[in-house]
Amino acid sequence: MSHADMTDIATNQQMPGSSDTKIRARDVHVFYGQTEAIKGVDVDILSNTVTAFIGPSGCGKSTFLRCLNRMNDTIDSCRVTGEILLDGGDIYDRKVDPVQLRARVGMVFQKPNPFPKSIYDNVAYGPRIHGLVSNKADLDSIVEQSLRKAALWDEAKDRLDQPGTGLSGGQQQRLCIARTIAVNPEVILMDEPCSALDPIATAIIEELIDELRENFTIAIVTHSMQQAARVSQRTAYFHLGNLIEVGQTDQIFTNPRHQLTEDYITGRFG
Amino acid sequence: MVAIADLSAQHGSENSARKLKRRRMAQLRLQTYGIMAIGFAALALVTLMWTVVGNAFQAMSESYVTLEVPLDDPELVSGDAEALNRFNYDGLVKDVLKAEFPSASGRTQRRELYDLVSSGAQFELREAVLQDPSLAGQTVTVELLASDVADLYLKGSYGSLEARPHEGSLSIVPSEDGDTFQVTSTTPDFAEALAQAKLALLDQAAFQRNQARLQNRGVEVFGRQAEETADPDERKRLLAQVETRSAERDRLLDVADGLEARARQDGGAEALDTSAPSVLLRVGGGWLKMIEVNDNGGIAEPVVPVEPVESLPADAWGYFIHDLPEASRKVSDRQIVWIETLKERGQVDTVFNTRFFTAGDSREPELAGIWGAAVGSFWTMLVTFLLAFPIGVLAAIYLEEFAPKNRITDFVEVNINNLAAVPSIVFGLLGLAVFLGFFGVPRSSPLAGGIVLALMTLPTIIIASRAAIRAVPPSIRDAALGLGASKLQTSFHHVLPLAMPGILTGTIIGMAQALGETAPLIMIGMVAFIVDVPTGITDSATVLPVQVFRWSDFPERAFEARTAAAICMLLLFLVLMNALAVFLRKRFERRW
Repeated sequence: MSHADMTDIATNQQMPGSSDTKIRARDVHVFYGQTEAIKGVDVDILSNTVTAFIGPSGCGKSTFLRCLNRMNDTIDSCRVTGEILLDGGDIYDRKVDPVQLRARVGMVFQKPNPFPKSIYDNVAYGPRIHGLVSNKADLDSIVEQSLRKAALWDEAKDRLDQPGTGLSGGQQQRLCIARTIAVNPEVILMDEPCSALDPIATAIIEELIDELRENFTIAIVTHSMQQAARVSQRTAYFHLGNLIEVGQTDQIFTNPRHQLTEDYITGRFG
Repeated sequence: MVAIADLSAQHGSENSARKLKRRRMAQLRLQTYGIMAIGFAALALVTLMWTVVGNAFQAMSESYVTLEVPLDDPELVSGDAEALNRFNYDGLVKDVLKAEFPSASGRTQRRELYDLVSSGAQFELREAVLQDPSLAGQTVTVELLASDVADLYLKGSYGSLEARPHEGSLSIVPSEDGDTFQVTSTTPDFAEALAQAKLALLDQAAFQRNQARLQNRGVEVFGRQAEETADPDERKRLLAQVETRSAERDRLLDVADGLEARARQDGGAEALDTSAPSVLLRVGGGWLKMIEVNDNGGIAEPVVPVEPVESLPADAWGYFIHDLPEASRKVSDRQIVWIETLKERGQVDTVFNTRFFTAGDSREPELAGIWGAAVGSFWTMLVTFLLAFPIGVLAAIYLEEFAPKNRITDFVEVNINNLAAVPSIVFGLLGLAVFLGFFGVPRSSPLAGGIVLALMTLPTIIIASRAAIRAVPPSIRDAALGLGASKLQTSFHHVLPLAMPGILTGTIIGMAQALGETAPLIMIGMVAFIVDVPTGITDSATVLPVQVFRWSDFPERAFEARTAAAICMLLLFLVLMNALAVFLRKRFERRW
């Protein structure tokens, strides 16, 4: 399959009745030193949609995800070329401050990583450093809203002053989600958010992701094809640094256009 | 070729059982060596602590002599504050002592008498009078600080005066010149003293024989040279040498023979000099010191005046021997007698030595205290901490979190690690040249010492802080960065608090190292003799380890115990600092 064909697939697969494109990536290459980890990816991420990135280990899906809020900047040897537009503005533009970008594009990580502080402080940290609120009452309200949105309020409301690290794994991950949405980002990136959790906690998070779609644009990296099928509306399949196919989730899973995609989702490798 | 499947036959075979046994033995051996190593280390530690604490114990008490001091000098009674200040209290103390023991006559005896009381006693008396001027005109009972010699005798450092049994009645007859007495007991009570004196004679004889042996070697060497030489003049000179040396040898041998003969002979009389054990007699209120003994008595000289008597029953006189010869101790027989007399009258007190913990340094061991050095150490450590902690932590954060990894930062890192291995005296030289010489920092001051020690401590703090920062999991940084925190916010809000227990541990270990450091401070003049307790970082000061170093060098024996006590203080501070490090680590340790 030629490069042009992939571009065609990636750009033309719009969800029926869906809104506009939130993030538009064009010809994105990522290098770690001399190694090329992402080899020219074009993809659109649509507003209020869950987009799943799937693919075998080492295919570059996480690396690509980290490009979307410039987390790769923290790695010295990492170099990104190409164009990634958030609402039409290039996030790799010289004038863009990655700190501000990350407030707009939040991230949830593979391992739950709450700060070793209280649950309240975990959620309040983002609004505090960005100066989003001016008084304690507002902050309390934001913490409550965030925890409610992350479906953690009922479990955590009586222990807000206790350390976030004392929660269970699934609760910790929801705390991380609450922490992310407390700064009200436009996009939430999730890097295998359920890989360290048991099936019940996973189910809760998946339900949560579906609810969050109303307010946020979500990109999720996952190893589980069932999870991708359950939570996402669009799926992108990566293979060895190339984006092989992107389209509606139903279509990718029932009628993949590319042989590699079919082999992967039918379990022939990966 | 061996097939892997065949290997299963080896399991449980004789060969493998032997191997297994050897492996077990090797493990057992290693464990034994480990236990032995730990046991040895523990033994060494216990020995060290035992010696130091045991020695220090003596410095924990001090002695006072209680005397009636008449403050009725007209100058005192009529005087104003200035007169009270200027008054000759030293003379007053000496007069009181003279009044206490009027028999002390002549310069030597007087000096021995004055030596019973510390030279610092007069200042304490002055302080007391200045505090309460109404004392002037009264006769007050004052506790005067005993001198180091008297104090050590009271603590038993110079042996003790031991009473010996005796049965006979004693007669004391003055000699013709009146200076000495002829002492005679009806029974041979003095046989033991005579025997001891004779033992001392054998020692002397051995010494003479050794001298004779050296002369004899000269005889042999010169004799051989005389035979070998061709020059007649030279031979004549050498033969003359042989002549004089063999004469000297024979003389020494004769002396030794004479001494040995006297030692072997029963009875007789022997002189007791300062290298023989002291024999003292107490008669009523007076004391006699034997200068010559025979089985039944001998010649004695008075220490405290004695009345001649015809016949004194056995229970009316005392007979004492001090085994340590007078020449081998700092306290004289006369002083022993005075101290024993004072003790009997209840005028000697031994109390807990608070002075040691509150006073500065002094050349007089009984006046010397550790407080000056402890305060000096405090100021020095304060300067060290205030400089080394922020600089070290900021350097570590920059290198770990912000600095790009390139040749320059590699070079910096290697050099920081090398700096930790630089001998501390080099830092002292640097401090002398740069801070004292160039910047004019006051010498001997905690400021100068603190700067130098901060330089020495920096690498320790930087290395420990970098390790602690590196141990903070990257997921915490990701979480903060992912929320839109800047690098600075990430470092100071999350990484630094999590690394703080490790940083503090490293800092305290570095500070403990600095607290025990002597060499660099010697270079910047902190070995000076400083009596005043420093009140700030620019005053002249000394520190605990330097105080230990100085006291260990002083000849006065009482400093031995004080040195050990100072070491205990230093160890106490080190233990406290390490305990603080452990506490902080446990208290602020966070799990994630």
